Amino acid sequence: MEPAARILKVLQKVSGKQLSPGADESLFVSGLLDSFALADFVSGLEQEFGVTIPDGDLSARKFDTIGKVEAYLAARV
Amino acid sequence: MAFLRAFGSWLPARQVSNHEVAALVEATPEWILEMTGIEERRYAAETDTVAGIGLLAARDCLDKAGATAAELGMIMVASGSSERFCPGPASQIATGLGLASTPALDLPIASAGSLVGLALAAHLAPAMGRVLVVGAEIMSRRISLTPQGRNSSILFGDGAGAALVDAGSGFARIVDSCLFTDGASAEILSVRDGQFSMDGPAVLMQASRKIPRAINELLARHQVDAKDVEAFLLHQANLNLIKRVAAALQAPPERFFSNIARYGNTSSASLLIAADEWRCQQTAPLSGPLVLSAFGSGLNWGALLAVPC
Repeated sequence: MEPAARILKVLQKVSGKQLSPGADESLFVSGLLDSFALADFVSGLEQEFGVTIPDGDLSARKFDTIGKVEAYLAARV
Repeated sequence: MAFLRAFGSWLPARQVSNHEVAALVEATPEWILEMTGIEERRYAAETDTVAGIGLLAARDCLDKAGATAAELGMIMVASGSSERFCPGPASQIATGLGLASTPALDLPIASAGSLVGLALAAHLAPAMGRVLVVGAEIMSRRISLTPQGRNSSILFGDGAGAALVDAGSGFARIVDSCLFTDGASAEILSVRDGQFSMDGPAVLMQASRKIPRAINELLARHQVDAKDVEAFLLHQANLNLIKRVAAALQAPPERFFSNIARYGNTSSASLLIAADEWRCQQTAPLSGPLVLSAFGSGLNWGALLAVPC
């Protein structure tokens, strides 16, 4: 499965919604994430991709679109 | 050895509803309640000062402990909203208690300052004697009740709390504590030029990870299971955060005392206000471990473990 699809899988599980936002569409505006769900999203990404995301990287700006998440993970995996 | 002997608190009389706040920040009362768990908060009167309300909580604590100010070996005062930065309110509170030489230290650590004070007091009490820890905040003067300041201003209220840590006796023995600081993310939560600033999503993400980690580390050190903790007293930041911490620890949520619905987030005072109310509501002696925890500016966070005597 492609990284973007795996990210979307985590996102849909955390949000409980089957929406499929575009790569550059805000996950907050689309209603898939809020401040609390974002923490679950980050934890879900850590499990799905086997990475540890440092607390210092916990900024909504880094995780607010699938494209940004994909780029972030590509740099860490 | 050190013991939690008593708590105290003081809240302003003025109750500020979500309706009142919502009208100023262009939100709905229902949205504020859903996002925070807060129904109302208290705002200090114009004539109140951080030191003044801290003094009232300190006196309440000493009354409940049956102790006098003259018996204190040290005072620590946490505040992120003091009118004067240096010196802060600690020396004024000491003066208000009639003390002229007892050391009184300021802890300018919004939200987490009382927890830091308690942890330090537990170490210092055997050498210094009884240590009074006060948290006093008038955050209503540091927030912007405007649409632009909506995300943080809906949270805050004013109030003061206090705790007496005693080297000789109390209702719970302080077993251990852990404190942490991470300055790399300090900008997400600060008071600068008199104004409170917060990156809400970043703070929530950090707190929802760091608080459970600190509590788990402390409990693991002493082979205590979170399910066996009788009560969790947390900084009352946001009800949704408290529920998240309970879920992360897999501990029964009803063991997490909360009074944020009535007082809002009173920053460093909230832990001690909650502790005082929890203690006043106790109908039976403490029978299991007690955990206190907070997260705040710095970033500073940590936890404290106490057990029944």
